Amino acid sequence: MINFPTQLISLIPALPLVGFLLNSAIALAWARRRKAGPEIIPSVIGCLFPIASFVLAVWAFLTLKGMEEGASLSSGPLLTWLDVPLVSVDFAFLIDPLSSVMMLVVTGVGSLIHIYSIGYMKKDDGFARYFSYLNLFLFFMLLLVMGDNLLVLFVGWEGVGLCSYLLIGFWFTDPQKAACGKKAFVVNRIGDFGFLIGLFLILYAFGLQGQADGDPLSRSFFSYSYLAANKEWLAPLATAITLCLFVGATGKSAQIPLYVWLPDAMAGPTPVSALIHAATMVTAGIYMVARLGFLFALAPFTLQVISCIGLATALMAALIGLTQFDIKKVLAYSTVSQLGYMFLALGVGAYSAAIFHLVTHAFFKACLFLGSGSVIHACHDQDIRNMGGLFKKMPVTATTFLVSTLAIAGIPPLAGFFSKDEILWNTFLYGSWPFYGVALFTAGITAFYMFRLFVTTFLGKTRHPHPDHLHESPWVMTIPLIILAVLAAVGGFLGVPEVLGGHNRFHHWLAAVMPPSVGHEGNPALELGLMGLSTFWALVISLISVALYRRNLNWPAVITERFRSVYNLVLEKFRVDELYDALIIRPIRVVSEKFLWKISDEKLFDGFLVHGWTDMAGFSARVLSRIQTGLVGHYLLYLWVALVALLIFTVK
Amino acid sequence: MEFINNHILSIIAFFPAVAAVGLLFVPGEQKKLLHRLGFVIAAIEFLFSLHLYFHFQDGSLSSFQYIENLPWISVWNVRYFMGIDGVSLLLILLTTVLTPLALLGSFNSVSERVKEFVIAMLVLETGMIGVFCALDLFLFYVFWEVMLIPMYLLIGVWGGKRKIYAALKFFIYTMAGSVLMLVAILYLYFQAGQTFSLLELYEFRLPPAAQLWVFSAFALAFAIKVPMVPFHTWLPDAHVEAPTAGSVILAGVLLKMGTYGFFRFAMPLFPDALATAQPYLVAVAVVGIVYGALVAMVQTDMKKLIAYSSVSHLGVVMLGLFALEPTAVMGGLYQSLNHGVSTGALFLLVGVIYERTHSRAIAEHGGLAKITPWYATVFLLVTFSSIGVPLTNGFVGEFLSLGGAFQTWRTAAIIGTTGVILSAVYMLWLVERVFFGKEKIPDGAHLSDLNWREVALFVPLLALIVWMGVYPKPFLGKMERPVADLMGQMGMEGIDQGQGTRDKGPKALGHWSLVTGHWSNK
Repeated sequence: MINFPTQLISLIPALPLVGFLLNSAIALAWARRRKAGPEIIPSVIGCLFPIASFVLAVWAFLTLKGMEEGASLSSGPLLTWLDVPLVSVDFAFLIDPLSSVMMLVVTGVGSLIHIYSIGYMKKDDGFARYFSYLNLFLFFMLLLVMGDNLLVLFVGWEGVGLCSYLLIGFWFTDPQKAACGKKAFVVNRIGDFGFLIGLFLILYAFGLQGQADGDPLSRSFFSYSYLAANKEWLAPLATAITLCLFVGATGKSAQIPLYVWLPDAMAGPTPVSALIHAATMVTAGIYMVARLGFLFALAPFTLQVISCIGLATALMAALIGLTQFDIKKVLAYSTVSQLGYMFLALGVGAYSAAIFHLVTHAFFKACLFLGSGSVIHACHDQDIRNMGGLFKKMPVTATTFLVSTLAIAGIPPLAGFFSKDEILWNTFLYGSWPFYGVALFTAGITAFYMFRLFVTTFLGKTRHPHPDHLHESPWVMTIPLIILAVLAAVGGFLGVPEVLGGHNRFHHWLAAVMPPSVGHEGNPALELGLMGLSTFWALVISLISVALYRRNLNWPAVITERFRSVYNLVLEKFRVDELYDALIIRPIRVVSEKFLWKISDEKLFDGFLVHGWTDMAGFSARVLSRIQTGLVGHYLLYLWVALVALLIFTVK
Repeated sequence: MEFINNHILSIIAFFPAVAAVGLLFVPGEQKKLLHRLGFVIAAIEFLFSLHLYFHFQDGSLSSFQYIENLPWISVWNVRYFMGIDGVSLLLILLTTVLTPLALLGSFNSVSERVKEFVIAMLVLETGMIGVFCALDLFLFYVFWEVMLIPMYLLIGVWGGKRKIYAALKFFIYTMAGSVLMLVAILYLYFQAGQTFSLLELYEFRLPPAAQLWVFSAFALAFAIKVPMVPFHTWLPDAHVEAPTAGSVILAGVLLKMGTYGFFRFAMPLFPDALATAQPYLVAVAVVGIVYGALVAMVQTDMKKLIAYSSVSHLGVVMLGLFALEPTAVMGGLYQSLNHGVSTGALFLLVGVIYERTHSRAIAEHGGLAKITPWYATVFLLVTFSSIGVPLTNGFVGEFLSLGGAFQTWRTAAIIGTTGVILSAVYMLWLVERVFFGKEKIPDGAHLSDLNWREVALFVPLLALIVWMGVYPKPFLGKMERPVADLMGQMGMEGIDQGQGTRDKGPKALGHWSLVTGHWSNK
């Protein structure tokens, strides 16, 4: 095989960019004449470029695989971006084991979702615009994972947020959807604020070190290799830096307290939810922490915070997922919950387990979302109470959905089992019983709500008002579903743990770029035992869930009735949005409008200060003009007074 | 050729005014012709200014280039002393880019007194370029005042309903600041041994107590112009009432006079005073960022919203300048160019929609993205630049000025960085209300999208937005030398040993390499 030439690296992100430019030209032309043209052109452009990127990414991966351990492919600096006294940043790309995994997920799953979209977005007015946004997203996502420095990562980071904004509000004539897009962007910006401060702190840390070395003008670089090589310079501020960066991650990866945008992001087209809000963009935070693992390893406190936040998010989102009736909302909360799992893994130091779960999650969650898209495509409805019995109508969708449900529930030997179990095992090794207990409990809830979703949607009698209209989706949608389902089924074999006779190849692949797991060596018998426990637990809960919802036993209803207030609290998502609205958004708006604008700006600055001066000038003018009466007598009087005054003051 | 090379600055400064004299002979009824001539003149002026750019010596030994230094009023030792450094060069280019676009954007919106309008714009351009070239304080003051009059007329004659009020407010407010500055200039002149030459004055130092007074007078004049809170209230009124072209120039260039004034005069001439005042100035800049953004958020008029957003953006510029950290100063100056491009574009965009709907009320619009997709696309792109999305110019400016300021003024920079969140709130909310949702304009379906003239208006600005975001080096490179000069001026006495700046900024001079024209980079 010919080795991947490093000159071609920049093509991988550039190809989707070209796709974006071409498709936006088409979209603008169509919009200009107010008539959409043949959909085949944007479809071909929109899919071909990502597929080409995928092919290149595979080539690069194979080349990297053939090289010695710890090797990487680097584009070298392509263009100097910033070159100022404080810092120097190049546009440059790096393909190492970690980024190659991410690239494969992004371009691979991305290409499948592009193909699926051809069917899903058929006859939409914004067809070309849709594909241009989707291509642009891939470009930024590839910048994010391929950049060789933290600032290029940030470009991708904000760029994917931008695409997310555009795609959530894709159907912008609906004001609610437009508002959801804005909310996503603003909440992400709050996270990015933290990210920026983190970057500033890195510069500051280097500056301090430079001063200590007597070279106050030493210039900083953001490239990972430079940061890693000089990490002891960052050590004094490592906790602050990593906490700030993690604030960014809570925004992008939807963790407490900034997760609120992700459920609303479901306003976008479903393939977008699959690509951006499940498989790729929302995992950027996990990628970032893993990428900077050497830095986070210096900040044990931050890691503790990460594990706590991750665990709390996983549990809370899973609980909310139990109560939702919107098929996409269930999946959205499930995503938040699974991301929490990944952060838990990062927090306990199991970096490669987090990335492993990221990959398997990309497979099964993309499949679930696309499956739900297929269902929505058929039903024109998102409420699972109006579905049921779809298995017969849409066998392919239902089967692939079932496979992915089994995978996410953690049933062996599907993908989710291996990755989730690795996280559980590492949490156990981390030595915190409550953590392990809560994580295991959450895994049970996951299995429960996923089977609740599956059973209510696909089994039983159909509750759809027009059951005859229901039909399976076209092949352009089902083929990606099948491929993803296969991946969700077998993806776990990438990382079969040693106790099961595997070699955990995934772990070894990343070992060169990841800090070693913090956990201690465990006892193989114990590992097998716990594996058995979690499998048993997932199976039992799944069966209970199926039994409950399949047989229409009414005790879910009884329970919700008994615990009405608690149930309502969960149903209304713990009213976090309302809390933010009352505590933050409303006060800021009211103070800005009523006080800052109306009182401070209009009354104080403009009224009192500016007009105060001019009014005073006007007032004194009016007073003085009174003196000018035009009567000679008055003037004589002034003359006389002045004369007397003069005499008094001068003649002593 | 020799003559042209030696007098290129004068040619560029006075060409618009001289050409305007020629326009006097065109009959006033020829409105179309006058519009076109005005645009062509401004376009030629732009081509002239490119000469400056391409012949500018980055590694030159002297700070100022294209110098012309002739006696003017010998009795008072007033000289016709022109010259530019990298910063003035970039500001001149900003002026020569925006002026033709502002004229092109007025083809439809100005139909009364076209001749006078075009002449006012051209005279204004002369004034602006003069300000950026003048190295003699007296000459500077003359240009400074020359600029005021056409702007006053632009608002007062071609403005909206409350144009007289707004024009008068603009004039008197600016004048009040300028007069004090004139007194300060004269004081400086006599103290320094009767010279107005900036280069000589750079060598001269007033005693610290006197510096504080003179600095205050300069700072007031420039702070009004920037404008810094609380001297900003003329801006919303002026912007709302000004015609589109007036708003574009006002936001794009005139506000930069304030930042430029600080950079060129107030800061390097009075370093001790600056050291004393620095904490307060930094605080005021930061307050401006947050305050401007919050007030912008709740506006109901598009132009007013953009006006307050200018207050916020200029806060970032001033924070960068006052932080006195080389990178922050470069970022601040860069952000002032960005603001000219982005906010200039925003005002042009508001002008486009005002021509069609005769309303600037946010609440009266809605759903425009469906009706006018091209217009919406351009507006969205400019919005991204305004809120500093990476790969647009806005990000580079914000990142450098805030990140640089963080090195010397941590708390202030952190508070200032919240502007990143707030700008997204007010701009995206504006976009949401105007472009998304249902259409609200009666008969809105008949609104026409951008015509080709308007497309031509925005293409150069969009190109600049991307260029300055992806490859800022040609611009930042021009600033290295002037910023090092400023830091040197600061470091000579006062700040380095004094109480003001905490760490590395002022020491820059020692590491500046005159040979390579770059900072040493060990």
